[in-house]
Amino acid sequence: MLAGVLLLIFLPPLVAKDLCKDSQDGFKVRLSIKTALGDDAYEWNESEMFLFRSTLAYAMRKQTKQDTYNITNILVCNDTQRVSFVFVVTSPDDPDQLIPKEQIEEAVRQNKHRINNAFLLSDMTLEFVGIPPTLAAPIIYDTEPWLIVFGVVIGAVAVGIVALLMSTVSKKRRAKEKAAGLSEEDEGTVKENGTALSGLGGKEGVYNQTFSNDNRFTEL
Amino acid sequence: MKLKLPNPGLEDRILSHDELERLEVEEAGDRPKWDNKAQYMLTCVGFCVGLGNVWRFPYLCQSHGGGAFMIPFLILLVFEGIPLLHLEFAIGQRLRKGSVGVWRTINPYMLGVGIASMCVSFLVSLYYNTIIAWVMWYFFNSFQEPLPWSQCPINANRTGLVSECERSSPVDYFWYRETLNTSAAIDETGGLQWWMILCLISAWGVLYVCCIRGIETTGKAVYVTSTLPYVVLTIFLIRGLTLKGSVDGIKFLFTPDLNELANPSTWLDAGAQVFYSFSLAFGGLISFSSYNSVHNNCEQDAVIISIINAFTSIYAATVIYSIIGFRATERFDDCLSGNILTLLNTFDLPEGNINQSNYQEVLHSLNSTNPDIISNLHLKTCDLNSFLSEGVEGTGLAFIVFTEAITKMPLSPLWSVLFFIMLFCLGLSSMFGNIEGVLVPLQDLKVFPKSWPKEVISGVTCLVCCLVGLIFVQGSGNYWLALFDSFAGSIPLLIIAFSEMIGVVYVYGIDRFNEDMIFMIGHKPNIFWQATWRVISPLIMLAIFIFYFSTIVTKEIFYIAWDPESENFPTLEKKPYPSWIYVIIFLLAGIPSLSVPGTAVFRAIREYCCKKHPSAPVQEIDSVSYKVHIQDEELKPQKVTEI
Repeated sequence: MLAGVLLLIFLPPLVAKDLCKDSQDGFKVRLSIKTALGDDAYEWNESEMFLFRSTLAYAMRKQTKQDTYNITNILVCNDTQRVSFVFVVTSPDDPDQLIPKEQIEEAVRQNKHRINNAFLLSDMTLEFVGIPPTLAAPIIYDTEPWLIVFGVVIGAVAVGIVALLMSTVSKKRRAKEKAAGLSEEDEGTVKENGTALSGLGGKEGVYNQTFSNDNRFTEL
Repeated sequence: MKLKLPNPGLEDRILSHDELERLEVEEAGDRPKWDNKAQYMLTCVGFCVGLGNVWRFPYLCQSHGGGAFMIPFLILLVFEGIPLLHLEFAIGQRLRKGSVGVWRTINPYMLGVGIASMCVSFLVSLYYNTIIAWVMWYFFNSFQEPLPWSQCPINANRTGLVSECERSSPVDYFWYRETLNTSAAIDETGGLQWWMILCLISAWGVLYVCCIRGIETTGKAVYVTSTLPYVVLTIFLIRGLTLKGSVDGIKFLFTPDLNELANPSTWLDAGAQVFYSFSLAFGGLISFSSYNSVHNNCEQDAVIISIINAFTSIYAATVIYSIIGFRATERFDDCLSGNILTLLNTFDLPEGNINQSNYQEVLHSLNSTNPDIISNLHLKTCDLNSFLSEGVEGTGLAFIVFTEAITKMPLSPLWSVLFFIMLFCLGLSSMFGNIEGVLVPLQDLKVFPKSWPKEVISGVTCLVCCLVGLIFVQGSGNYWLALFDSFAGSIPLLIIAFSEMIGVVYVYGIDRFNEDMIFMIGHKPNIFWQATWRVISPLIMLAIFIFYFSTIVTKEIFYIAWDPESENFPTLEKKPYPSWIYVIIFLLAGIPSLSVPGTAVFRAIREYCCKKHPSAPVQEIDSVSYKVHIQDEELKPQKVTEI
């Protein structure tokens, strides 16, 4: 009788341990708290383990939409100093039956973000061996940023070219007008010692008869 | 060494000292002028200081014995760089023409030297501006957080990272795939990459805006492009010195290894670096100094610019290696942390048991207790020195190593923008000189009609170069660029520089040159200049040329390709060139080099043929009345009537 009672008391944990240790449906979990938090690292103890088991139960509840999952359904073994351990999930209806690997993986995947945050860790520091982290969605831009910068630069270049060409054209036009104005008074330009005093061309100077070439009066 | 080759008619071709003086005083002539001395100095400094100072010199320094490399570098700077620089400045200032004009004046048979300079400037402009286009692409992509080369993109079905990126690294992938979209071999063209075409157009567009009216516009642009790199280098130095591991990098760079001095390739590389770093023989420097006042002190300018160039090389090397030291330390730390993590995970030891200091002892003790497990782990060997000496020159330095270092710094987009603006300014200021070396000879050779304004000529030149430059934006463009860089920009320059020295010293005449120097700067160049111009520098040029030529001709030439299908991927694979490339190589190196003797031969043949025909041009009479007649052309009708 006593033996039967003792067996009844010790059987579940023994069975539980066997379920956890030998199971194919378990996952190894590794935490790197010191790497993630440095000086603010908390110590891993029973309470933290309690939190872990409850977050996993929460994840199972969310995934299966069954509110029957409890902390007793999450069995843990192979605790090491590394802070790594193995866990399995038993079905709430039958404690001897394990939930298959795929379902646990799905549950963990969908709620990884919440599990990470509960422990102030990240995908790198809270590892579920065998469950790769979900890759972040690539950032999709409406317009690539480089095209915007390119547009700005090309716009500036175009403005620069147009401005410089316009200034050349207007300079040329002004020079042409000046030359046109000059040629009207070309008859009156004084030629002295073989050089043309073009400086007088634009000015309204006094026309000095002594120095002018009065060929038109003395032509033979 | 009073050897002087016969040179008839030289007096008629050059302006005498009195004419120069008069030109100076009256400020007549339609030749453009510098607004002030600062513009001229900044333009020359900008031309000399280029991308090579940033990504070639630091590598040479580190691989040839660190601090000990300074010795051959400085010796060759003094005996090769400064004399050649002074020569180009002086001859440009004296003869007041671009490179083609100068050589045609010295002797019509030497016109080939000018044409060779123009060809080399053209070929180099083509690929150099493509490098600037690459820099602009990275610049455009720096305005986002996170930087696109900091992480691998995810593959199509969102299951993992892109395979090519995962096997190599995000920076490699961004450079080879997303920037170049490089093909696996030079024969595979891979098609034109549209984003690169846009960057190429913007690079040529910016260049056109700055060169549209010649030095009138470039003189304004150099205020920014020549000074900004120094500002950015200083900012990077301050930033670099505050990063962990930077001092290791600087120490690695400058640790002298005097044994390297016995190695002839050290001296060869130093000589080549000095020569290419000064942008000699391109013709641009001759052009720039021809816009100077005739009494400008070119001797002082040459010395100052050489010192600035050497200082910039050393300064840039320090900055680059401080950042490389930081990157190498980061990589070393990552490597070691990875190993430590593996050990912790395998043996389920608590965190913090193994750290950097006790890693070796712990590994040793674990190895003695469980050797088979340790060997199965395949731990990586982490050696700081091997990280420091990873291939860090050329485009690999700028676009792979440095960009990776930037991603590890906080505020990476800011550093990326600054770095690529600096590279852009360095490249653009060198391009000014290259384009000058193309435009001025084209005008002297009267290729374009005289009625075309300067804006149109520079526009047409830029457009043609942009279109030809499309070779470099196809899939295999990177390999073509390396080809052009090795062959168009190496051998011909050495030949041109050698011909320049011989031409000025022995054809123009060192005596006449000395007199010109007395006229221009007031004193005869001292024994140092005489010795270097006449003997030492030509000999050094000849030695470098012979070594270079023999190495190229004897060695089998190959190129390194990015081939995702090769076995050693991500290591670049050495591939031999296909046979038709040798024709291209011959064209690239041969046409400029052979135009030096070729033009002389062509001219000689033409002279010989013309002598046979009696239609020789009328000789001008050297008499007073004839000369006076010509001067007073306008007065001719009046003179007839006046009594």
